[in-house]
Parts: sequence; structure tokens; C-alpha cells
Amino acid sequence: MSSKKLNLTLKVWRQPGPNAKGEFKTYYAKNISSDASFLEMLDIVNEELEAKGEEPIAYEHDCREGICGTCGMVINGRPHGPLQGITTCQLHMRHFKDGDVIYIEPFRARAFPVIKDLIVDRSAFDKIIQAGGFISVNTGSAPEANSIPVKKENADLAMDAAACIGCGACVAACPNASAMLFVSAKVSHLALLPQGLPEREIRVQRMVAKMDELGFGNCSNIGACEAECPKEIKITNIARLNREFYRAKFLSNVEE
Amino acid sequence: MALESKIPAGPIQDKWTNHKFNLKLVSPANKRKYDIIVVGTGLAGSSAAASLAELGYNVIVLTFHDSPRRAHSIAAQGGINAAKNYPNDGDSIYRLFYDTLKGGDYRAREANVYRLAEVSNNIIDQCVAQGVPFAREYGGLLDNRSFGGAQLSRTFYARGQTGQQLLLGAYSALSRQVGLGRVKLYTRREMLGLVVIDGMARGVVARNLVTGELERFAGHAVVLATGGYSRVFYLSTNAMNCNATAIWRAHKKGAFFGNPCFTQIHPTSLPLHHEQQSKLTLMSESLRNDGRVWVPKQKGDKRHPNDIPEDERDYYLERMYPSYGNLTPRDIASRAAKRMCDEGYGVGETGQAVYLDFSDAIKRLGKKVIEERYGNLFQMYEMITGDNPYEVPMKIYPAPHYTMGGLWVDYNLMSTIPGLFVIGEANFSDHGANRLGASALMQGLADGYFILPYTIGDYLASHKFIPVKTDHEEFIKEENAQKDLIKRLISINGKRTVDDLHRELGKIMWDYVGMSRNAEGLTKAIQMIGDLREEFWRNVKVPGNDADLNQTLERAGRVADFMELGELMARDALHRNESCGGHFREEYQTEDGEAKRDDENFAYVAAWEFKALGEWVLHKEPLVFEYVKPSTRSYK
Repeated sequence: MSSKKLNLTLKVWRQPGPNAKGEFKTYYAKNISSDASFLEMLDIVNEELEAKGEEPIAYEHDCREGICGTCGMVINGRPHGPLQGITTCQLHMRHFKDGDVIYIEPFRARAFPVIKDLIVDRSAFDKIIQAGGFISVNTGSAPEANSIPVKKENADLAMDAAACIGCGACVAACPNASAMLFVSAKVSHLALLPQGLPEREIRVQRMVAKMDELGFGNCSNIGACEAECPKEIKITNIARLNREFYRAKFLSNVEE
Repeated sequence: MALESKIPAGPIQDKWTNHKFNLKLVSPANKRKYDIIVVGTGLAGSSAAASLAELGYNVIVLTFHDSPRRAHSIAAQGGINAAKNYPNDGDSIYRLFYDTLKGGDYRAREANVYRLAEVSNNIIDQCVAQGVPFAREYGGLLDNRSFGGAQLSRTFYARGQTGQQLLLGAYSALSRQVGLGRVKLYTRREMLGLVVIDGMARGVVARNLVTGELERFAGHAVVLATGGYSRVFYLSTNAMNCNATAIWRAHKKGAFFGNPCFTQIHPTSLPLHHEQQSKLTLMSESLRNDGRVWVPKQKGDKRHPNDIPEDERDYYLERMYPSYGNLTPRDIASRAAKRMCDEGYGVGETGQAVYLDFSDAIKRLGKKVIEERYGNLFQMYEMITGDNPYEVPMKIYPAPHYTMGGLWVDYNLMSTIPGLFVIGEANFSDHGANRLGASALMQGLADGYFILPYTIGDYLASHKFIPVKTDHEEFIKEENAQKDLIKRLISINGKRTVDDLHRELGKIMWDYVGMSRNAEGLTKAIQMIGDLREEFWRNVKVPGNDADLNQTLERAGRVADFMELGELMARDALHRNESCGGHFREEYQTEDGEAKRDDENFAYVAAWEFKALGEWVLHKEPLVFEYVKPSTRSYK
């Protein structure tokens, strides 16, 4: 692929702190290689700001391989930008044209308050996992691995769901700021495996209760979450979550 | 101070069992009286924190990430080794031990490596019980594949996302303990200083990355699980926030640094393809199961790879190392790629790349099978390069990836500071001079799940602890020292950005302390790093203030530490007058360009004691080989 140079106008959301008022500010990204990634483009803008003694745009990122789930911003109205099935760090500048104006905002949701500029607090996701997104097995008490056969089909489906990186794009994409896709991915992953069955009922109830408590909205089957998920987690997981939830309500002896 | 490795006596297969019996125990009722601080939440940190909390200890966990699940273990792709012998191909604990020791070019402790192999099977059991969705056969049982440096299949995997799935397993175990209130989790906290009281590690000072406040944490022991230091090269496969600050600050407080020059350059990374690049992306070694590495036979051949006929291609790994072929260990594969490119056979615009070709495998197995095995890697490749690897061979080149060196620890994983334990990539322990693929995940989880939880109890049970609160004068002293350092970084207000200085350091490291090294270059590098360090402290520019979320300030502190660590790496490389594993000294090579070890003079761990900047004292821990006699490592 031959590389080109791009000049772009950025409209970036700047917000000094959680309670401060935010606004869009304009920056110019000059002479950007079309081979550069979107975040490398932001790095270049930031390094210029730093050199001028101005505060760079705060944004989170880490692995830059699309797996850690740290990065995430809304680019021209879409979480993780215009392409499907990738994270912000996997987006490359060859998908933009010279002269483009790009709007960059944080993920917005009641349960994800802004910390600074493009950085939001997604610790609500951790709290949902802490409420029940696990199999209770202490170190040392596991049986021999191959004593638990798993149907390949189920193992594959579980892996599809377990691929979630916890980035929060599903919440940012949803008009209700619902966390159903995230919760359903973990519930599905563990409900599809024999190891997950002993806690099947209690897990789904606790996770859903925590999700509601933290201020995430409800699911109204719009499907924006699936469309924007960088790992292409399927909305059928939400159907499974609903089944698991009602099943648990009928079958469970546990008051939750 | 003499180094005591504390390797237990007795036959190798009984050492760990006997040692466990001889370790003192903390009774269940007493465990809750001890506070343990764990820094870092990758595989080693998360698994240790969860396991210690399950045992009943009070655990405090710090991570600079917004969530424990972000740690860079998540990016490991290919797999995790274990000696299960499920494929019936002749594997055993002894063979995994042998392969790992030989793979490390006989620069690791036999006893540690044997223990690692011994607990490898427990790790797989544990992870499966947690719900880690490993790849399976149609019969429902676990599948395996091959990795470099092994002639059998012992690698368990979850598509190309094994690290992610193992970390999410450990994270779920950790989260369960957080939910139960047995672990106190502090996210967005970066450890800056270690607090040592009466010669024992008793706490840390950390910066709250949101408010900028410095916070003090006191405990009876401190566990560092903060990963490796490949970012010293600036361009590496490590995540952008990986750093050496925790281990480096501990080093300056008295923890010896083991084999700092043993760094791994991974053979299958994407080549550098534009000048604004911020990091290098790894393509899993598992690709070498089915991909064939080649360059054109003719120098400077500019034809499209698909137009180069079979008989004009040099499958050089298969040619030079017929018995391991494309699955030679990483150090050997990386050097071979470098040699081919240095001799002018490299491909791509820069000539700094070789081909990794799947066309034979696609012909043999069909596109669907290849897609199932490596789909996400192929997609990642296309995303970055714009090329479709199903149709055009991948272009790859070696990149800094892993550091075998790290803080020196004894058999109990304790550093030279009593009460300071170091686990996972942050320690130097198990991989010698070269790590085999799929062994990092194994070591991180071995340390965290199955070794540290035993050995830390022995330390706690056999020491008396004076009560220490965070208002102790040593805490105040350490906090003030960190405050001063931060003020100094902000007040310089020079002309150069942090990244600009980091890039310059990275270039020195890559040019002189990278894939091949020589005395002249290393001597020059030491001088250059010293000069650059002065330039840094005179001319760095850190905008913003310290009482706020300030990412430039975070990076500045880390780069300041790299500027010191880089020098120690060069000094270590200069003193080690031999070639072994990833440490290749041009002066010491065989006629056909292979690494030439010097067992008579260098069969030891180099453990460096910090005295002052530019001044270190070398301590040697001799390596004794009772079971596997070091031989010239041959993969031919």
C-alpha cells in the first residue's frame, strides 16, 4: 500500500474535570501518514501541544492491538469510528480523506462519568463482574482438565462471547446506555460451559441486579450495541441472557 | 552481601515437594492478621492476589490501569505450555523442563525450571475450572498445538487470544475476592516508591493518577508483578504504558537486578512501516506452525512475492535448521531474519522484512481451517497493513518483546530486600537467556497461583513484625522524595517532549544494545545514554500540573527510569563476554554465525547492586547443572 499525507481538522471534546463544563475545540493535524493509526495521529497532535507548553488531549489507550479494551472514543458519532469490528487503536488514517473534519468525543453514558477530556470511568463494568461474573473455584481445587469434556460447539460459542474486551462501546452506542450486551456476553460464556452450571441461576440474577443498580438503561432491541462492538459480540447473547434470567427466576430457590 | 538462592537439596523431582513441607505455615486464623500489597494485575499479580485472598490474607491490589483486566498479559496470543502429554507424543514434566532449560541456553536455575514444568499441569486444570474456553476437539477434550523450540504439541490455546482468556480467568478470580471484600482494589494508582523499614519491605507510595495525590499503603509484604521493560527500546510489542518504574525504584532501594541484558527480540512482528509509528505489533509465533518463512534467493529482488517462483525462494529456516524448520526458538529465528536482511535479501520498501507465507498451508488444509486457527491475527494484519495475508505473504521483522532479566529472586521468589517478592516477567527467574514461546503465561500463573502463596507464608511465619502505620517516618520520607521528583520534572520546562527523548533513547538501545552487540558499541551506548539522561533532566518539557490527571507527567517519570535502566542493560551486556540466547555478542560466535557460549566463565546469574547512578556492584550466582549438562544448543 502506498502511503499519502493527510491534513485534517479535529473538533475534540475538552473537559478539564468531572464537574467542569466541556466544549469542542479545534485542532489541526498536519502531514499525517495514511499508514498511521488514528491514535498515532492524536499522538502527533498531542506532541505539538506539549511542545507549545499546552496540555495534551487526555485519552486512554494501552495495547494498541485491539485487545485490552482501554481505548475508546466516539469518532464522527460512532464509538470506535466508522469501521466495523475494530477498536479505536486499530483504526488507520487510510480510511480518511485529506481535508476531512473529524469530531472526537468521549463515550457518553450516565454510568460512565467523564474524568477528563476523552477519558471516562468505566469501573461500573468491574463492579458487575465482582457481583457474579465468575466461577467460584479456589486455587488448587480444580479437577483434572480433561475430566470435564465440553461439546466443541458450546466451547466455540462460549469463546465467541468471552471475546468481549470490556471497552464499553456497546453502552456508548445504545440510546438507553444499556450494558446488556456486556452482561450477556459474560453470562453466556459461563452458562454455555458445564463448569458454570452450579452458579447458573445466582450469577445472572446478581449481575443483572448490579447492572440496574449502577444506572445502566434497559434493552429495547435496537441493535446498535452489536453494530458497534469491536469484537462483533452477537445480540443473540442478549436473548440468552433474558432466557437465563427468567429461567433463574422460575427455578431459583435463592432470593435475590 | 552473599546471594542465597535457597535451592532445596535432594533429587530434582523432589525439591519442590520437600520444600513445601519444610516451609512454615501461617494458621488459618492468623492469616487475616497479615496485609499483603500486590502491585500489578496481569497474570502473575491477579492470580497471586486472588489466591492469597482465598487463603485468608488481607490483600491490597494496586494497578495503574482503570481496570485489572487491561494488564498487558491480555495481549498474549498464542498459548500456554503444559506437560499434559494429551497428544500422546512423548511429553513429560522432565521433557518440558529440559526444553525450557535448553531453550534458555543454560542460563537459568535447574530447580526453578523443573518446578515450573511440575506445576504447569495444575495451571491448565485451574484455568479450565474457571471457565477459560480453550480450544477443543470434537470429542470435547482439549486441543494442543506446537510452538518454537519443541518437537511436540504441548501448547494449549484459545484461538489467538490465549492471554486474554487466561487473564480474564485470573481477573474473575480476583473480582470474586473483591466482591467478597477480601481484596481491596485500587485502580489508577501507580507505585512510585518502596518503603523499607528495619530492612524489610513494609509498604509503597503510589500516585493517584486521577487526583495527582500521593497515597501510602502499609503491609507485611510487598509483591511486585509489574511486568517487563521492553519499552526501554521505545518501539516494542509491549503496551504503551508498560514500564519499569516499580522494579527500578525497588532496585534503587536495594533489590538486585538479575541479567538485565537478557532481552527477547521476537521474530514475527510487523515491520516498521512509517516514521510516525508508536509501537510494533506482534504476530503470534503460533503462525510458524503453518506459515513458511522465506526471502528471495536473489538480492534486492523487487518482484511481487506471488510472482517469485518456488525455486527462486530461500526457505532459510528450513534450510539452516532442518529438524526444527520454521519452529526454531525465537532468538535463532530473529537473528536469522536479521542476517538475511543485513546481507541484502530483505523485502518490502525498507528491505527490513522477510515473508511469512501461508499459501502451502491454505492449499493443504483449506482456507477455512487457517481462518479458524488464525482468523483474528490475519484480520489484525490486514487492519494495520492493508494487505490480505490469505492472498499475499505476510511481511515480518523482529521486535523487542519480552525481558528475561528482572529483579533477582531466590527460590522463594523473594528479592534481596526481605519481604519484597517479585513474580512474573518482573523477576529474572525461569527463562535464562531466551524464553520459549507459550512459557510466559505459564510462568506468570505458576508464580501467582502455585508458588508465591506457599513461599510468602513461610516469610510471614518466620519473621517478627513491628506494627507499622502509614504515618511512620519512612513513609513520610518516601512520599517527600517522590514529591520532590515530580516537582523537579514539572519545573524543568525545557524544549524537548518526553516522547522525543524516549525515541532517542530507544534508538540508542536498538542500535547498540539490541539484537547484536559488541564491546565498542556498548561502550559508546553507555556514554550516549549518560549524556541523554543529562539532556533529559535539563531540557524535558512537562506541561500541566501535578495535582491533576497528567499523562505527560506519568510518561516522564517512566522515561526517567528507562534512562537509568538502559545504562545498566548496556553495562551487563558489555561485561558478559559470551553469546547466549538473546544476548548475541558479535565477538563471540561460531564459524556459521551461531551464539558461542562460555560456560567456564559465564555460567552464572549476574545480579547487580545499585550504589549510585553509573555505579553498580556485580554479584554472581553460579549456575550448577546436575541434570542437564550444558551442550551447544543445536536445532539443526
